[in-house]
Amino acid sequence: MLNLVALILLFPLIGSAMNGLFGRRLRKESIGYIACGAIGLSFFISVLVFIGLLLLPPEERIFEKHLFSWIQSGSFNAAVGFQVDPLSSLMILIVTGVGFLIHIYSMGYMHDDKGYHRYFSYLNLFTFSMLLLVLSNNFLLMFVGWEAVGLCSYLLIGFWFEKKSASDAAKKAFVVNRVGDFGFALGIMLIFLTFHSIDFTEVFNAASHGEFAIGNITITLITLLLFMGAAGKSAQIPLYTWLPDAMEGPTPVSALIHAATMVTAGVYMIARCNVLYMLSPFTMTVVASIGATTALFAASIGLMQNDIKRVLAYSTISQLGYMFLACGVGAFTAGIFHLMTHAFFKALLFLGSGSVIHALSGEQDMRKMGGLKNHIPITYKTFLIGTVAIAGIPPFAGFFSKDEILLEAFVRGNVIYWSIGAFAAFLTAFYMFRLLFMTFHGESRVDPHVKEHLHESPRNMTIPLIILAGLSIIGGFWGLPGASALNHFLSPVFGGHGHNEMHGVEAGAHHGIGLPSLMMVVSTLIAIGGIWLAYQMYVKKQELPKKLAERFALPYRILYNKYYVDEIYDAIFVNPVKKISVQLWKKVDAMMIDGSVNGVARFVTGTSNIFRFLQTGYVRNYAFYIVVGCIFILILTTWLNK
Amino acid sequence: MPNTSIMTFNILSILPVLILAGFGMMVLVVDVLSSRKMGEKNFLAYLSLIGVVIAAFLSKNFTGTTLFSFYGAYTIDNYSLFFQFVFLLCAGLTILISKNYVQRENINYGEYYTLILFSTIGMILMASGADLLNIFIGLEIMSISIYILVGMKRTRLTSNEASLKYFLLGAFSTGFLLYGIALVYGATGTISLRQIAVFIAGKGGVLDPLLLAGMGLIIVGIGFKIASAPFHAWVPDVYEGAPTAITAFMAVGPKAAGFAAFLRIFFIAFGQVHQDWEKIIWILAVLTMTTGNIIALIQTNIKRMLAYSSIAHAGYLLIALVAANNMSVSAILFYLLAYLFMNIGAFAIVIVISQKEDSFLKISDFSGLAYKHPRLAIAMTLFLLSMAGIPPTAGFVGKFYIFSSAIKSGYVLLAIIGVINSVIAVFYYLRVTVAMYMRGPEREFQPLTLSPFIFVAIIISIIGTIQLGIFPAKVLEIAQRSILLLR
Amino acid sequence: MITLTHYLVLSAILFSIGVVGVLIRRNAIVIFMCIELMLNAVNLSFVAFAHYLHSMEGQMFVFFSMTVAAAEATVGLAIIIAIFRNKETVNVDDMNIMKW
Repeated sequence: MLNLVALILLFPLIGSAMNGLFGRRLRKESIGYIACGAIGLSFFISVLVFIGLLLLPPEERIFEKHLFSWIQSGSFNAAVGFQVDPLSSLMILIVTGVGFLIHIYSMGYMHDDKGYHRYFSYLNLFTFSMLLLVLSNNFLLMFVGWEAVGLCSYLLIGFWFEKKSASDAAKKAFVVNRVGDFGFALGIMLIFLTFHSIDFTEVFNAASHGEFAIGNITITLITLLLFMGAAGKSAQIPLYTWLPDAMEGPTPVSALIHAATMVTAGVYMIARCNVLYMLSPFTMTVVASIGATTALFAASIGLMQNDIKRVLAYSTISQLGYMFLACGVGAFTAGIFHLMTHAFFKALLFLGSGSVIHALSGEQDMRKMGGLKNHIPITYKTFLIGTVAIAGIPPFAGFFSKDEILLEAFVRGNVIYWSIGAFAAFLTAFYMFRLLFMTFHGESRVDPHVKEHLHESPRNMTIPLIILAGLSIIGGFWGLPGASALNHFLSPVFGGHGHNEMHGVEAGAHHGIGLPSLMMVVSTLIAIGGIWLAYQMYVKKQELPKKLAERFALPYRILYNKYYVDEIYDAIFVNPVKKISVQLWKKVDAMMIDGSVNGVARFVTGTSNIFRFLQTGYVRNYAFYIVVGCIFILILTTWLNK
Repeated sequence: MPNTSIMTFNILSILPVLILAGFGMMVLVVDVLSSRKMGEKNFLAYLSLIGVVIAAFLSKNFTGTTLFSFYGAYTIDNYSLFFQFVFLLCAGLTILISKNYVQRENINYGEYYTLILFSTIGMILMASGADLLNIFIGLEIMSISIYILVGMKRTRLTSNEASLKYFLLGAFSTGFLLYGIALVYGATGTISLRQIAVFIAGKGGVLDPLLLAGMGLIIVGIGFKIASAPFHAWVPDVYEGAPTAITAFMAVGPKAAGFAAFLRIFFIAFGQVHQDWEKIIWILAVLTMTTGNIIALIQTNIKRMLAYSSIAHAGYLLIALVAANNMSVSAILFYLLAYLFMNIGAFAIVIVISQKEDSFLKISDFSGLAYKHPRLAIAMTLFLLSMAGIPPTAGFVGKFYIFSSAIKSGYVLLAIIGVINSVIAVFYYLRVTVAMYMRGPEREFQPLTLSPFIFVAIIISIIGTIQLGIFPAKVLEIAQRSILLLR
Repeated sequence: MITLTHYLVLSAILFSIGVVGVLIRRNAIVIFMCIELMLNAVNLSFVAFAHYLHSMEGQMFVFFSMTVAAAEATVGLAIIIAIFRNKETVNVDDMNIMKW
């Protein structure tokens, strides 16, 4: 069954090609069925592969499928091959499974869009690229997938490219990601120089066999460069600014790409390279600190946003911060666990918000919502489940994964990590319930005109919501502390160090048996505290937020304006570059454009224009050239031979 | 099983050639005997296609064999078999893209197909010839057939003119080639490539002026066939005037055959005196690339632009010739195969887009193609990107190997000039793409009449272009195996 | 005594006359005759070399090159006739539709 792995990639690629090439001619139903069918088949095969992997004894659960060698030049050898192991098999299940639901949802959501076939073609292409990223067995192929998901993300953010904000956002995402990718590419080169290979197995074997001391400077540099790539793709400080803007894309895209899958690529990559990261305590500290900071920072921005999708975007950044925090303290299993549960509930929340937006004919401002719970009951119920899950109330999925991260941060890291994480969790519960209350509860602030059209979404949109809601409820049990199936499953990838069960025992010895249980209680209390506060402010005393905003005008303004980071970046990076480029344009370009760029172009076309007249069309001239060339060659032969 | 038999008169060794000749004559006779009208003689194409396929199977049977037949005049080795494959593929694809084209242009004569088969024979002789006589005869069989093919459209002045120009200049250059052969023969006393090598080795690698002059003249003669500057001037005019299907054919076949002979002569006969010719070829390579690319920039006719681009491609191939290591031979073989696919594919699309009497051949006639016929536009873009050498296409891998072979032999400057040239080339290839995608249609596009024949040809070209771009390893391995006996 | 050099010089002179003829004449048929002159000059060299080297290969080559020249003549004249039918001229300077 494991041999089928190539098929997982093939189906989305075919679907994308079919819709891209023939979509214009096809009926809408066919387009949707092709796209969903492709992902559905892909999901089915992924399940088969997963089962195939489970049938193997745990220590043999790694399967490499070598397709062909791609570039071979000297000692450099890049193959196209796939690696199926617990980590990647889990990822393909998430990508194809959540992707499948979102494809179905999209059939309803995008139904009236004129770019229907283009949309599905891109979405399938994205799925293909993402699968390539997670399945590849070497760094170069992973980088290809990495770039390809970036390209698809760019295409989909700018899907409504007629809107200037959308095309600007796409550009921003592309440029910011380029910064990260630059680091990633450098990292790969350094890996090749250090290990003389870019194959995962070879590199990690070499790294784990003690050739490199812990704290080795080269490894530290490599891991930092790789983390730079991860920070770009997974929207961490300081490269997170593109993600909120990416909400300009269609909502299902935000759900699939900018919440559930693509943005988690950075976490996946670090988990994949765990062997390297474990060799560099310094990088681990950097990863953990940036993760923790991002988690808190983004959560605090999320407090004051009024656009429903932007709140979710900041929440995504914040949750990604948790995952990096987990990786940074060495709890890779916890990071991947949270990645999985987050994929469920964040996809659910985004799709739910899409359903809300759909119902309100495109309105995204929460100040113009309210009281929707009776109008769109299914959306409300599922959204509630998602919110509870992200807030971290047991026994929903988010509780277990977040709790595990906090526990690990406390045990392996220090109190600071824990307190930052815990505070961020409090904020998360608060702003998520703020969102819920503002949208679904209270009095309706909906535009009367829009209110007439208020409707529950069609079935192909609600069913994915229900399934995801189900997953958000039960998804956590797989990683249940104590009897953790996930730990066992992932242990071949993370070896001893990512293995928290052993650690749990150790922790128990050090801190007393009750620590995990204590932590759970504390987490729950924190979450409930956040919810209570939100309830107080947005349901009971609705004038409170306004008062607070007036009272604490400065913090409020800072949060509302997202710490002015975009403005600061504009002032530090964008504007100087612009200014310099204007100066360049005025001074250098105006003078040099004639002398250089245009000049070269003009020179080339000029010479072209001159040379073309050698082509007179007269046989005599052509014969003359031949004779000249002949004489020239004869002279050269004798002259060179002297 | 490897099977080496030396110095026999082995008629079976030229079986593919005989089959091609037989089918060629059969096509002629059947054409005369048939009472159908000219436009309805589909069987001509079928018959010649069958001939090509049979020949291909026969030559495939020789794989792995090394054979010197006709008393050492004719060689069968992996090298010549690789080229036979390229030529037969080229002929087959040309027949596929020709069938409807010749009916549209009213030139569905039996001779058309016969001459394609005959010129293929010439090419095979060039690639298999182990002495200068065989190479010369092959070259002439190929050229004379193509002189006629270029002028096939007798009623159109451009076709006449192209044919006359090609003929006069071709015969003129033949004079130089022949003179060169005579001087080499006079200096060494033999026309066998191996004997020449033995003679040069006996002299300790020092050439007397007669031999040097002969070598120079051979460069002129073959340089003309492969369209190397400054012997390239005929190319744009002839490519523009010839029937488009023939343009596709002659852009690939004779060029490949020319390189086959070039490599054999210069690597086997003059292999030891590399230092005597590498500088000349170096200069020719730079001149050829640059001229081709620079003049191509401002062309408005697509066939003419592709003609200049084909000159530029000859320049890239010459780079590998200069490098003269084993890698460069396989690079040339690979590149020629890649060039075959992308070039015939591009011309096939030009044929589909153009209308009767070869109208609508301006680049501006491609404007807005993406909106009317998006799939054609995608295919054309693929071929153009491949010619421009952008991954993951065949052209990229080909260029990559050519430039690496140059660097491997220490010709870094040459490789850099090559890279700069490929950057320039991107401009004019992209111009067509930009016209197709970013401009509105400037004319009415006819509804597409894609016959199965040309469709198959385009599909094969697409598959070839992508296959060689993404899975080059297999073909490269074959190409690498095809060089062993060369030196 | 007439040596090999004499033959070679004569051959070279004839070849050059042919080349110059191609370059300066306008009439397609005359140009073609000049090309024939070039080929025959080469044939002279071949025969002279063959005689001097006591080798048959040169003589053999001449046979083939004469055959090739004959074939070229056939095709060439046919092309010239085709063009004359359309254009009523064989002046190569009038064949100038395609350029640049």
